[in-house]
Amino acid sequence: MAQHLKSSKSTFLNVLRHSLAFGSPSHASRHLRQKLPHGGPPSIKKVSPNPLTRLCNTMVDTLSSSHEDTNNESFTNIQVMDFPGGKVSFTPEIHFISESNEERVPCYRVLDDNGQQLPNSQFVPVSKEIAVKMYSDMVTLQMMDNIFYEAQRQGRLSFYATAYGEEAINIASAAALSPDDVIFPQYREPGVLLWRGFTLQEFANQCFGNKSDYGKGRQMPVHYGSNKLNYFTVSATIATQLPNAVGAAYSLKMDGKDACAVTFFGDGGSSEGDFHAAMNFAAVMEAPVLFICRNNGWAISTPTSDQFRSDGVVVKGRAYGIRSIRVDGNDALAMYSAVHEAREMAIREHRPILIEALTYRVGHHSTSDDSTRYRSADEIEWWNKARNPLSRFRTWVESNGWWSDEAESDLRSRIKKEMLEAIRVAEKTEKPNLNHMFSDVYDVPPLNLREQELLVRQAIKSHPQDYPSDVPL
Amino acid sequence: MASLLGRFCRKLVVPGSAHGSRMISTTACDSEAVKSLNLYSAINQALHIALETDPRSYVFGEDVGFGGVFRCTTGLAERFGKNRVFNTPLCEQGIVGFGIGLAAMGNRAVVEIQFADYIYPAFDQVKRVFPTLEFDFSTAEFLIRGFNSQIVNEAAKFRYRSGNQFNCGGLTIRAPYGAVGHGGHYHSQSPEAFFCHVPGIKVVIPRSPREAKGLLLSSIRDPNPVVFFEPKWLYRQAVEEVPEHDYMIPLSQAEVIREGNDITLVGWGAQLTVMEQACLDAEKEGISCELIDLKTLLPWDKETVEASVKKTGRLLISHEAPVTGGFGAEISATILERCFLKLEAPVSRVCGLDTPFPLVFEPFYMPTKNKILDAIKSTVNY
Repeated sequence: MAQHLKSSKSTFLNVLRHSLAFGSPSHASRHLRQKLPHGGPPSIKKVSPNPLTRLCNTMVDTLSSSHEDTNNESFTNIQVMDFPGGKVSFTPEIHFISESNEERVPCYRVLDDNGQQLPNSQFVPVSKEIAVKMYSDMVTLQMMDNIFYEAQRQGRLSFYATAYGEEAINIASAAALSPDDVIFPQYREPGVLLWRGFTLQEFANQCFGNKSDYGKGRQMPVHYGSNKLNYFTVSATIATQLPNAVGAAYSLKMDGKDACAVTFFGDGGSSEGDFHAAMNFAAVMEAPVLFICRNNGWAISTPTSDQFRSDGVVVKGRAYGIRSIRVDGNDALAMYSAVHEAREMAIREHRPILIEALTYRVGHHSTSDDSTRYRSADEIEWWNKARNPLSRFRTWVESNGWWSDEAESDLRSRIKKEMLEAIRVAEKTEKPNLNHMFSDVYDVPPLNLREQELLVRQAIKSHPQDYPSDVPL
Repeated sequence: MASLLGRFCRKLVVPGSAHGSRMISTTACDSEAVKSLNLYSAINQALHIALETDPRSYVFGEDVGFGGVFRCTTGLAERFGKNRVFNTPLCEQGIVGFGIGLAAMGNRAVVEIQFADYIYPAFDQVKRVFPTLEFDFSTAEFLIRGFNSQIVNEAAKFRYRSGNQFNCGGLTIRAPYGAVGHGGHYHSQSPEAFFCHVPGIKVVIPRSPREAKGLLLSSIRDPNPVVFFEPKWLYRQAVEEVPEHDYMIPLSQAEVIREGNDITLVGWGAQLTVMEQACLDAEKEGISCELIDLKTLLPWDKETVEASVKKTGRLLISHEAPVTGGFGAEISATILERCFLKLEAPVSRVCGLDTPFPLVFEPFYMPTKNKILDAIKSTVNY
């Protein structure tokens, strides 16, 4: 085969065969675009619109490169051919790329398990104000989860899902973003809203589905949304938000905004077809979007060993031509730095970035789940103690003299009071008016909905006992 | 609730209906060993039997390994092994696509979609886009790919497109569907109408534990791909005497579960219990209602419904799914064609509203007993 490739006559025939298969000049120029590794501006080779000129140029390239190699005995790089997609060198060795690297992709962290800063750690410095707000919000998130979870157990809420163990991912990522960055969440990222100023009362209003809920009581608890805070409303369907985020990112790019789109999903979400679609689109459309994967080890009862056989999610970035990083998701400083850097690259270079945050889902999937049915209580307890994101960050914050036991207890008692009051008020507040069942299906209710509203109101008049009394008519 | 379902059970034993040939001739409840089971246990039993009786059958889907989020697959992995009962990655198009492949190789693939609300990524596999089609979004077929392609474009057309050289009849897709009281947009949907529009698949919806076991076994063994929707509200709520042996209830045979003369009511799944209550109330006011469980929506048993409407002259259909484009419209149009001169009143549909399934407003959205009762009365008094 090597001999065959060396003959110039067959070379000519090969070139002829491939060149004439190309389509329009723009197609040809796209395939000749040469990108430098690790990002750098793409350089476009100038291409003649004349097919015969292109053929000749290609032949010249090919013959000159093969001529260079006749002087050394190396069998690789014998010839470089233009296939659609770019130049590839040939090799006569049959070699399969291994399914995995020998070493797993290392995980970036700044703090050790005990919250001590690692020597030589690189990170983006965080001011006292930001650090204290980050830690306080992590505590607030955890306490909010505790109290809402208990409320569900008491029958006051129909449903709840906690973010236990993932407080650093929630808060630190939000802290590293700007308020103009648009968020497309899955459902375990209320901390991003919290950071941006969503109040405990606003969370409670949505959970209780009362008339102050921006979602107008239409969805289950934890399906938050806020256009004011640039946080798109949660939908329970997995990974559907990923392609949406890419489109939104493209819009930000077209508008020249100093902002990116950020979307969150879990290890389970990376198995959905929408993950593939979104990643691929993001790369091709050069969209400024951050894909933040909370790899917490579990998709309800499904461990990651049943989810994929790759080295986690981080390695999938390269498959799409997307720059990626693996981070310790329970390390607030590492999360902050990774998201901060990723955001800069995404906006400045118009590219997507994949961040795989390794963490652990300490809580059950939701109040409809009892995870001790499929994993050991010991395992849960270990993660809760040994790798707790709050205690690690607290140690670091305190080591700077920015926090204390007193500050902690003040914060906790304040939050508890606020939460209980928020729930009390939310529970008492009446539900949204019945007309909100029919509004917003379209921008304006069409005839069939106007008719149906009349029928429903008649039914209510005839049988008021069938309907809840806390929904005003 | 249990007593109502018990009545259904005993009804099956009583002979001498005008539709005797249509009545299910299943083994009598009280002559075989039966056990009081809820819906998820009955389904679990059917799955155990299916895997036991066919070594080339498989059960898989998200979280089925530990028993599933509704416990329908409890004990299967332990008993039949992880090669036959397993968790899949979180990907509905993958689950159904993979299932089609297994079925096409002569196996029975009983796949679980965790909630019917999530079935849409798999829809494309139901219907297949022809490979010569360009990327043209003005063509409906490509829109369907965005709307999940495995069920519509693959499963439904597998036998037809190959000239019967291949088929994926061994595929059964199970999914919990329907209102549950607090499910909101994404845990309450009734998507049966989308699938009833796809030639090549069957759509089956059981009303009770006993029915579910027999219908599921029939669906699994039917040589066509079947979409089997299970009313999640009934998983724990419905309890019934279920025979312990292997039995099947035929597909595409509707059942008259309550006889009457003044009006025919047609429904399926959990809605039948609501309709049954309306029938009882109507009876107190002197209206005699005939209630039919359609069971199989595609292909549906037109003959039974037609015979009933020719007797009563009135038809009312009720389903949770939104009224516009719901399956009630198909039943109404067909009966109109076949029974026009016998009809004393327009066909009535008491259904869900044309909105996404709302959380707080669920009680207003649902086709309640009283909405049905009012419709029965206005139809009878037309």
